[in-house]
Amino acid sequence: MTQPILALAESADGRLASVTAEVLGTARKLANESGAAVVTLLAGSEVSALGEPLIHLGADRAIVVDDPLLAGYEGDAYSSVVNGVIEDVKPSVFLCALNDVGRDLAPRVAHRQNAHLAGDCVDLRREGDRLIVSRPVWGGSAMAEVSSRDGRMQVVALRPKAFPRAEADAARTGEVEARPAGLDAATLPVKFLEKVSVKTEGVRLEDAAVVISGGRGLGGAQNFSYLEELAEVLGAALGASRAAVDAGWVPPQYQVGQTGKIVSPDLYLAVGISGATQHMVGAGPSKNIVAINTDPEAPIFERAQFGVVGDYKRVIPAFTAKCRELLDA
Amino acid sequence: MDIIVCFKQVLDPDIPARDFKVDEDAKCVVPPPNVSPVISNFDEYAIEAAVQLKEALGGTITVLTVGGDGPKDNIKKALAMGCDEAFLLSDPSFEGSDAFGSAQILASAIRKIENYDLILFGRVSSDWSSGATGLAVAENLGLPAVTQVQKIEPGEGSLRVERVIEDGSAVYDVPLPCVLTISNEINEPRLPTVPGILKASRKEAPTWSAADLDLPPGGFGDGGSGEDLLRLYIPQHESQCQIVGGDSLEEAAENLALLLRERKLL
Repeated sequence: MTQPILALAESADGRLASVTAEVLGTARKLANESGAAVVTLLAGSEVSALGEPLIHLGADRAIVVDDPLLAGYEGDAYSSVVNGVIEDVKPSVFLCALNDVGRDLAPRVAHRQNAHLAGDCVDLRREGDRLIVSRPVWGGSAMAEVSSRDGRMQVVALRPKAFPRAEADAARTGEVEARPAGLDAATLPVKFLEKVSVKTEGVRLEDAAVVISGGRGLGGAQNFSYLEELAEVLGAALGASRAAVDAGWVPPQYQVGQTGKIVSPDLYLAVGISGATQHMVGAGPSKNIVAINTDPEAPIFERAQFGVVGDYKRVIPAFTAKCRELLDA
Repeated sequence: MDIIVCFKQVLDPDIPARDFKVDEDAKCVVPPPNVSPVISNFDEYAIEAAVQLKEALGGTITVLTVGGDGPKDNIKKALAMGCDEAFLLSDPSFEGSDAFGSAQILASAIRKIENYDLILFGRVSSDWSSGATGLAVAENLGLPAVTQVQKIEPGEGSLRVERVIEDGSAVYDVPLPCVLTISNEINEPRLPTVPGILKASRKEAPTWSAADLDLPPGGFGDGGSGEDLLRLYIPQHESQCQIVGGDSLEEAAENLALLLRERKLL
């Protein structure tokens, strides 16, 4: 019998996390090709009502583990639950998202299961019994295609926004199973204390249709004001390169890139950003990239559709004024 | 506090894209001539975090790195930043180790060092960015681990750490000894000073080979990897950039707005 595919579901604020539709959509597609069943696991606190929606998103069986000890992500607790389910379900593949949970959980699970770990997967295809994973390496300067050796289980962390989302189908049926976490607080050495949310004003970077990002070329924190005014005119979210974050000009939550946020707006304006590969990992999914940079040789122009070569201090005010005029008309 | 920092040596991922070459037949990256490997980016933040903890609390810092028998420039740099001792873990049988293989080698070396309170890694390496080595070392040693750490506050027998997450941070209490992987928000790595460099130049960095370590067979080296590398290539981006001009930069900016409007992007 074909081994099932195990997909990790996540919740946020009492609802399924948006990335779960991507993980389940991918699991369903793989399962349809191989005839495998899709089992999904949702672990959290006060998540017991979310089993049925997982079936609607394509799972054949949803395992829901609801325990107050799972209220905040903690690696030992979550991996213990996942490993328990894996030993039970014996999947060929464990799929999760490469987000804050998956980045920590996937290596723990892969190591414990002696599995093949493929993080940062941007494309997946089946070849016989195994999956071939395409993943960027060296910050996106190269791509690797990897698979598992000697038939071992694969743990694949999917890059957010790289895979299509499953559409919910309320007519789908499947089995929802509540499962005890089997956790004992006394045996968990690391205590999750609290989550501190940093509120960013305006549009969320991940959801914005237009993103304006500033980089090292801005030259200073105060110069983000050039971008703020334009962002207001365009209803855009502000982002930044790691160089700007490391310089302390903007908080880490602004960072677009490999270790920051991955964005996919219709329009991405990169101002004073050279376009280092690790930045493009985050900005690459954008549908259109506009670069404003003084250096015509900057790699950003190799990835942009439109560009202006010149000083942003002259370009941005004129661009902002023209945009205001066009949008007011 | 006695700290061990593990770092990886990699081809600098920030070299210009045109200098980045791969040998598709050998499935490996070909470093440009005269470009030496560097300390993997996030690992520098781990070294700096260790030095700052030592400055605040006292103790020692030992650095470990796997592989390479070339010049010990990177080890010297770590020593010059303020680390006390360094060991190079190098053996022909280590070559081709993946993250889990390297973790076995590092864990054996750490067992040999014995005295430590804290083990630090960068959050991911600049090359394969799996973020797996630190977690696997923690599992091999039976230690707790927190990843993506942006702040460390020492307490009594434990640490209060902040893990950077998408919309803020998550705060944990972690008992010592433990493993942390460090994110770039935590600090700004210092440049070695001249006295630091002089001091480092007088230090030995012994090499430990497989014979010096009590290693379980099979889990490291190329044969120990669970991964098949099928293909390695440089992706081609077909984007054609339209450079928008004008009589002045201001006019170019206005033309850009008009063009984006025409394409219905505004």
